[in-house]
Amino acid sequence: MKTFKMGGVHPEENKISNDAAIEIMPVGKQMVVLMNQHLGAPATPVVQKGDKVKVGQLIGEAQAFMCANVHSPVSGTVLKIDTCKDAFGISKPAVYINVEGDEWMESIDRTPDIKRECTLEPKEIVAKLKEMGIVGLGGATFPAHIKYSIPEGKKAEYLIINAAECEPYLTSDYRVMMEHAEEICIGISILRRALGVPNAYVGIESNKPQAIKHMQETARQFEGIVIEPLKVKYPQGAEKQLINAITGRKVPSGKLPIDVGCVVSNIGTTFAVYEAIQKNKPLIENILTVTGKELPSQHNYKVRIGTTYNEIISHSIGQLPETTGKVISGGTMMGKAVVNLDAPTVKGNASVLVIGEKEARRAPETNCIRCGKCMHACPMGLEPYLFSALVRTGKTEEAKEHNILDCIECGCCFFSCPANKPLLDEIRLGKNRVRAMMAAKK
Amino acid sequence: MTNDILIAVIVLGVLGILFAVVLYIVAQKFKVLEDPLIDEVAEVLPGANCGGCGKAGCRAFAEACVKQGNMDGLRCAPGGNAVMAKVAELLGCSVEQGEPQVAVVRCNPSCKGANRRSNYDGLQSCAFQNTLYTGESGCPFGCLGCGDCVEACQFDAIHIDPSTGIPVVDANKCTACGACAKACPRRVIEIRNKGRKERRVFVSCVNKEKGAVARKSCDNACIGCGKCEKVCPVSAISINDNLSYIDFTKCIACRKCVVECPTHAIHDVGFPAPAKKAEAPAEAPQEPIKVNITVGEKVEIPANN
Amino acid sequence: MNLLNVSGSPHVHSDESTKQIMWRVNLALVPALLVAICFFGVNALLVSLVSVVSCVLFQWLIEKFILKQPTTIWDGSAIVTGLLLAFNVPATASMLWIVAIGALVAIGIGKMSFGGLGKNPFNPALVGRVFLLISFPVQMTTWPTVGKWFPTQLMTDANSGATPLGIIKEGVMNGQSISSLNLPSLSEIFLGHIGGSMGEISALAILIGAIYLLCKKIISWHIPVTFIGSAFIFSGILWLINPETYLDPLTTILTGGIMLGACFMATDMVTSPMAKSGQLIFGLGCGLLTIIIRNWGSYPEGVSFAILIMNSVTPLLNRWCKPKRFAC
Repeated sequence: MKTFKMGGVHPEENKISNDAAIEIMPVGKQMVVLMNQHLGAPATPVVQKGDKVKVGQLIGEAQAFMCANVHSPVSGTVLKIDTCKDAFGISKPAVYINVEGDEWMESIDRTPDIKRECTLEPKEIVAKLKEMGIVGLGGATFPAHIKYSIPEGKKAEYLIINAAECEPYLTSDYRVMMEHAEEICIGISILRRALGVPNAYVGIESNKPQAIKHMQETARQFEGIVIEPLKVKYPQGAEKQLINAITGRKVPSGKLPIDVGCVVSNIGTTFAVYEAIQKNKPLIENILTVTGKELPSQHNYKVRIGTTYNEIISHSIGQLPETTGKVISGGTMMGKAVVNLDAPTVKGNASVLVIGEKEARRAPETNCIRCGKCMHACPMGLEPYLFSALVRTGKTEEAKEHNILDCIECGCCFFSCPANKPLLDEIRLGKNRVRAMMAAKK
Repeated sequence: MTNDILIAVIVLGVLGILFAVVLYIVAQKFKVLEDPLIDEVAEVLPGANCGGCGKAGCRAFAEACVKQGNMDGLRCAPGGNAVMAKVAELLGCSVEQGEPQVAVVRCNPSCKGANRRSNYDGLQSCAFQNTLYTGESGCPFGCLGCGDCVEACQFDAIHIDPSTGIPVVDANKCTACGACAKACPRRVIEIRNKGRKERRVFVSCVNKEKGAVARKSCDNACIGCGKCEKVCPVSAISINDNLSYIDFTKCIACRKCVVECPTHAIHDVGFPAPAKKAEAPAEAPQEPIKVNITVGEKVEIPANN
Repeated sequence: MNLLNVSGSPHVHSDESTKQIMWRVNLALVPALLVAICFFGVNALLVSLVSVVSCVLFQWLIEKFILKQPTTIWDGSAIVTGLLLAFNVPATASMLWIVAIGALVAIGIGKMSFGGLGKNPFNPALVGRVFLLISFPVQMTTWPTVGKWFPTQLMTDANSGATPLGIIKEGVMNGQSISSLNLPSLSEIFLGHIGGSMGEISALAILIGAIYLLCKKIISWHIPVTFIGSAFIFSGILWLINPETYLDPLTTILTGGIMLGACFMATDMVTSPMAKSGQLIFGLGCGLLTIIIRNWGSYPEGVSFAILIMNSVTPLLNRWCKPKRFAC
């Protein structure tokens, strides 16, 4: 079975919401749509107060290069254009919409029929991805049209679909594979067409045997889709590690996957690509897992973007249990702790994960015993203990020389540290300092 | 026997001469010509290497002074006027007398204690916490309380008050070097003039959110209402981005704004205790005590005396 | 509801902790302790007790009154030091007070003076042991006779015992050939029915503990294998050259402290290199130095010195032996 070679850990998988079929979350009374739901500059609102909007109508236009369109997830009247605090309490530009009915744009094909043929040229596909505001749904929310515009002089040889879902708890990708395998395969074929690569490789961790089987059966009907079962090891789904596992190639420090002829896309994105290209449906919905050991029930939802965390919680489980210690958007290894539950969800949110009080607390930090576990766990072959010391003593230059910027922030070092040192916190701080230093030098 | 002694003496002597020659040649070849004035200037500087002047250390500051030949734009805050005069004398130039300054923490001490909305459980570093979220208080502009400023201070002049979680500056020890202001990721700390008789008035808030939002973050936030601006007799106050700022070069410390501020965001320091007829002392707001609670939480009602 | 916790990712942690590691090492030392009690009787138990209790006590006193910081005695590291120190001294009644001095040196100088667990450059137990060896040479080389499986008299304190290595050193010095010396059989050596420091006698018991640690991934194979392997090969070469003055390699690695040192003391996380390549060099150096000291030094045994010397090289090895970076 394929895997990356170096480091890695195996956290408890906790895929307890595996068997919960995707439900549709009803739309609330008011929706707040943030204008920067993606990596890069915020979109510019193109509606005004009092405007009537339909589901799927463009409300935020990408004007900068690194930006993505934002569409209305509901139909109704624009209440105001203001700021809204996101899940971390930071104010972001947002469009408030009063929900009235559920009227969709006429261009969107809402029939359940599956449309297989795609005759668009690669350039047209990329243009449509841009129009539909598609971003990578693996976590980084990188605008898709930039990813699929291959720079001059470079050539894509591999299309790799990340369905590893190596994060504990998350099951949204699994559910999408089980319920929409055919659409995914069409989406993959479209991306293959856009890149002009012969084969697409879908990497799935072997703790999802049903998904592997189902995908293999479906992929047989399509040309050039290879399903690759992967060893269960975190971070199997990290871009560089996945490329290494499937192709054996290694993305050098500071380079992008395209530099070794690879393009990596998340499996959720391929579903969004199918809907955008074949059904003209912009990215207005997330597949989202609501899970946690403390919760009375486990769910997977299709949620309109802009639904608040509180709405999701009250619809799915009523209210948070008394013992809640942490609410995380994403998995336990790389997810972000949410503090403002009134915040709207954004593109790329994969879960509302509730962790109990006991598990949420970090154990007190003790002295480093130089066991080297962090170093052996690091999938990039770095020395986290050294970064910790360098950051604490303010030796930014030296941290840079030891390639602190290569860190992919997977968290294996902190996970495996017996002294509970906040290694990744320190590394992130160090990376910020190194970047600031480099910016100052320029 | 005498031969042995002789040989030893000769060998050692020759070796000594040889090394001396080598050392001399090397010393000549790698000689660095340096203005002796730099040493003299470095001598009169405090030597704390605080970096407040923007240079790497005291010696770098001295080098910059000598290279430039005058004192324009260069100032050693910890040394103050006395040291600057000495440096100017060495350089043979004049120097402007600067007002004595002090670091001021522009975040309201009541804020964090009352409005704690989350529990930060990571690395004790403001710079890192700032990249994660708003901080425990929920105010995206306020003090995070991890003590990056305390760590930056070379003079032991700033400490976190354990009851409020917000740093307090010891004005006697503070040299206004600015290290804390630079270390603060939210720019909460400002270097301001000490003021006449050490009396100073400042807006103790840096929240730039709109009034209602700011008020939600903190009871004592500046809401940018502009009342202070109107009442100021010397137009030292300006409002930008929903935030009031008092220009310390213009302020006459009349304290009219302190009384006017509806959220008690303007603080006065160094004034004698309020006289009997003082209308509204800033220290003791006579308003109902507010406690943020959630359902199911045990609450102790503070005794109202 | 409680306030929500916020921290950077990751939000989970493996269940490993320093405390758990230390207690597992303690557990791994138990078989060797039992063998020592079997062969040396109550003295072995008493010496271990005194050593452990004084190590813990000194650590507590230093932390409480000198460093004025919260105590860390419950992490079990002082107990590891105490046990290893006891394992490195003869199990005689006269050691009872001497080992307490060793504990003070081990904890006070070897560990706490550098800032406590994780900051010491040298293995604290070995610092204590070497201090005692130099300060109390007579007591430290007066070995109790090995009893039968269970000693009939509880307090065995006869001075007639000798270690195999001591017999050889004396014999070779006097010009005798090794084959003419009266050495214990290999099976006796393997089970531990020989004279020596209390913890080092039974290779079997030590191996049981080492296998446990390997299974729990507390130690890796690199240091023990290279240590024992290089000692085996180097002494084998010497033995092939002249079997009359050099001991055969199998007996070499089973006698003295090589087993104990390779499995428990050279593998100490704090004082051994972190990268695998560094660990290989470290083990190699330990093995070579041990054989050099044994054959050409004035002491019959050289494991402690070999490990301490390699401990001092560890920071350099950490600097030099970097893990292989991704895509480099």
